[in-house]
Amino acid sequence: MGSCNIFELSTQLLFSQLLLGLINGAFYAMLSLGLAVIFGMLNVINFTHGAQYMMGAFAAWLMLTWLHIPFWGALVLAPIIVGLFGIVIERLMLKRIYHLDHLYGFLLTFGLAQIIEGLFQWNWGSSGAPYQSPIPGGYNLGFMFLPAYRGFVVVAALVICLTTWYAIERTRLGAYLRAATENPTLVRSFGINVPRLITLTYGLGVGLAALAGVLAAPIQQVSALMGTNLVLVVFAVVVIGGMGSIMGSIVTGFGLGLIEGVTKVCYPPGSNTVIFVVMALVLLVKPAGLFGQTK
Amino acid sequence: MNRILVAIVLAVAALVAPWFFYPVFLMKALCFALFACAFNLLLGYAGLMSFGHAMFFGMAAYFFGHMVKVWDWPIEFGLVGAVLGAALLGLVTGALAIRRQGIYFAMITLAFAQMIYFLCVQMPFTGGEDGLQGIPRKPLFFGLLPTENDYTLYYVVLVIFLFGFGAIYRFIHSPFGQVLKAIRDNEQRALSLGYEADRYKLLAFVLSAAVAGLAGATKAMVVHFATLTDVAASTSGEVVLMALIGGLGTITGPVVGGFVLVAMQDYLAFVGQLVLVIQGAIFVVIVLGARRGLVGEFSAWWKARRRPG
Repeated sequence: MGSCNIFELSTQLLFSQLLLGLINGAFYAMLSLGLAVIFGMLNVINFTHGAQYMMGAFAAWLMLTWLHIPFWGALVLAPIIVGLFGIVIERLMLKRIYHLDHLYGFLLTFGLAQIIEGLFQWNWGSSGAPYQSPIPGGYNLGFMFLPAYRGFVVVAALVICLTTWYAIERTRLGAYLRAATENPTLVRSFGINVPRLITLTYGLGVGLAALAGVLAAPIQQVSALMGTNLVLVVFAVVVIGGMGSIMGSIVTGFGLGLIEGVTKVCYPPGSNTVIFVVMALVLLVKPAGLFGQTK
Repeated sequence: MNRILVAIVLAVAALVAPWFFYPVFLMKALCFALFACAFNLLLGYAGLMSFGHAMFFGMAAYFFGHMVKVWDWPIEFGLVGAVLGAALLGLVTGALAIRRQGIYFAMITLAFAQMIYFLCVQMPFTGGEDGLQGIPRKPLFFGLLPTENDYTLYYVVLVIFLFGFGAIYRFIHSPFGQVLKAIRDNEQRALSLGYEADRYKLLAFVLSAAVAGLAGATKAMVVHFATLTDVAASTSGEVVLMALIGGLGTITGPVVGGFVLVAMQDYLAFVGQLVLVIQGAIFVVIVLGARRGLVGEFSAWWKARRRPG
């Protein structure tokens, strides 16, 4: 069981697991990207990220069942609504703790995640609700069957990640953002409204999480606890990649998803834990993370 | 004089408590209070916030259950074995986690705890979703002291708690504890004075894991079972909350926090899943408004009250 001979396996199994890994990786990438953007600007590890991802999926599902807004509408509306919710939280609570140790941000957002997930669970229970795939059908590629929607998710995630990277690394607003991360006081003296920039960043990061949630709705069941375990895995992804670089988060996310997929083929019981094992190895070899700087 | 009076009152209260409260509730509260003390040792005195302490608590509960039930060891050996197991787990995860600091340390411990949780779901010896049930309460001291009776067991648990609490107290007030505080306050300076900061942190981590393990094993003995809840992330969050409610960095704070949280869970059982919401709200309120916790705020109020007079 422990040996992994790729040539003995059916290519069908291998490729379908790799696709699954790629999809998981797409979600890891989108979520760790949001965490990195938020941490860079707010110095807060957003523990609420998993709950906000869940809120995105729920928003899409509620829009469909209550208002008959189709998937494509939800894809635009849900991140905006959840992002606005994030902005309210930032204005009301997070801004009060920036001067404190990072740990307090972690504790505060952990408490918020418990409140949100608890309320959703209380109202809708723990069992999931199905969400119809907006792109049914698929393609037979010869070596495997590719469900159309899953292919779309991988492409969409890539587009979202690269757009975020471009916005932060190549635009004027992104330059302000990076400058404010380095030295907020100096940037403020240039007449740029840094607090507003911080609020916007948080809204953007939360919106990204919600967008990932909407994309996940047709693949996973929509349930109150769908983000609980995911956010813990994403923390490991963040430790592995280091939060220093946007591109680093994207590469690490997709890469770890693929590693998970390969593990599922070679040694199925290890697929849950392989990311944590990678994390232990990275800590041994390069404690700052693959793309992180030691500070 | 005042201190001695308080100590006497507390000792009498601890001795007569089982006649006023349900003994199992008291024993559970003592276990969680000890667990919170172990967590607080690490955060309050070494400046390391572990968000994965349930792995030591829960694994020790499983170790204890397996040793006593399946291997049929006496309780004493089971407790020692479980504590050693938790300490060993602490040595391995701690050695890796202390390679990073601050918020990363919290995320790494959280991730390791999640890995342990996934392993517990899969491994046959934990009993998976059902948990490890029917752990017998065997007599202590080669059959001399039966423990089936809740009242008798309460005093046994009280002794275990005092032993763990005393160990932490001794540790904090030893030269070793002083070095630990120095590292917490200024690691660079401690390093330049020749203290190997990492070695001190690791030892604190192992000790904290061992005491958390003692608490977990004792809990398994009291309630006859060990389940996945004991190793879950929610339990790691609860112990953080206990220390936070009581007051981070105070010696008695975690004990108060442990009792408050266990009482809250018992008396608020009727609200069901909303307990989680209430716990989350307490997190938010304390972080935003009362970061010193109950004990910290009380002693600040007490000092402020006495100063003008």
